[in-house]
Amino acid sequence: MSVPVDLDRRFRDAAARSGMLDAAYDVVDSPLGPLLVATGGRGIVRISFDTDLDRYVEWLVRVAGRNVLRAPRLADPLRRELDEYFAGRRHAFDLPVDLRGVAPFSGRVLRELSRIPFGQTVTYAELAARAGSPKAARAVGMTMHRNRVPILLPCHRVIGADGSLVGYAGGLERKVALLTLEGVLL
Amino acid sequence: MDAVPIPPFESFYAEHSPEVLGVLRRRLGRDRAEDAFQETFLRALRAYGRLEHGEHLRAWVLTIASRVAIDVQRRAKQTGELPDVPHEDARPAYEELGELTDGLPPKERAAVVLRYGYDLTYDQIAAVLDSSPDAARQAASTGVRRLRKETSA
Repeated sequence: MSVPVDLDRRFRDAAARSGMLDAAYDVVDSPLGPLLVATGGRGIVRISFDTDLDRYVEWLVRVAGRNVLRAPRLADPLRRELDEYFAGRRHAFDLPVDLRGVAPFSGRVLRELSRIPFGQTVTYAELAARAGSPKAARAVGMTMHRNRVPILLPCHRVIGADGSLVGYAGGLERKVALLTLEGVLL
Repeated sequence: MDAVPIPPFESFYAEHSPEVLGVLRRRLGRDRAEDAFQETFLRALRAYGRLEHGEHLRAWVLTIASRVAIDVQRRAKQTGELPDVPHEDARPAYEELGELTDGLPPKERAAVVLRYGYDLTYDQIAAVLDSSPDAARQAASTGVRRLRKETSA
């Protein structure tokens, strides 16, 4: 016997409302393919292009706690903002991002990263300089590679000094798609 | 021996929710079972963060379900709308113990059933009852003494 779909959904909604979840996740469809998204009490915890669910949940448990549940209701605000962004109707995200456990240097870099507006790019070196460590372009590259909340924290807007796209943890074709959406690439 | 790791709540819920629903339906009927199902897993969620190992999770959640079912039946009795509830054919030990302990105060009863019907540790019982391990131990031993007195009387 299995649990009927609407009873299952009602429990997941109730769990989401209860405030007892450490993190709630769901799958969001996007033009870039399915995204795994997770949110916790303090904001968005993770967005992942990698849809290996076991690995994703294991990561959430490690970072947020064991009360992790798939709860579509908690993902709805993010789903809405992402839909608007991909439809070209939204240029900035309003939802807070939870960067608990991120090293101080990466935290500084990601805060600077979050200030780069829609449709603009910076180089790794420039971003390093803005974060107060002008020589740390490579470390900035690592921070971009490990970005937990791509799209919301726009690491796709960081490019090489020669204008090349360099790389993207979610796959270079997605970086191209995001920069095209934002009008940077044709 | 290493403690059995506690799975993410999602896995725990996915694994045990069908059985819990089945048990609740047999005890309460289809309609009442739905609210009881939700209540059971919300109670489990509340205590889940405090579990210390992943042993006996099945027994643990079935016990919570059993307590929720008792609450639902009690409420129904108070409002005079108790439905005719079909009984299970095969009765596990914890159910028999459940009946035997029917006259005990709720906390003692739960502690006795969890300890001797499910073999849970006092830490786990404390998590279910939302109290301390010492209080759980105390409740179980008071319950057993009371039972002895009742059965020898």
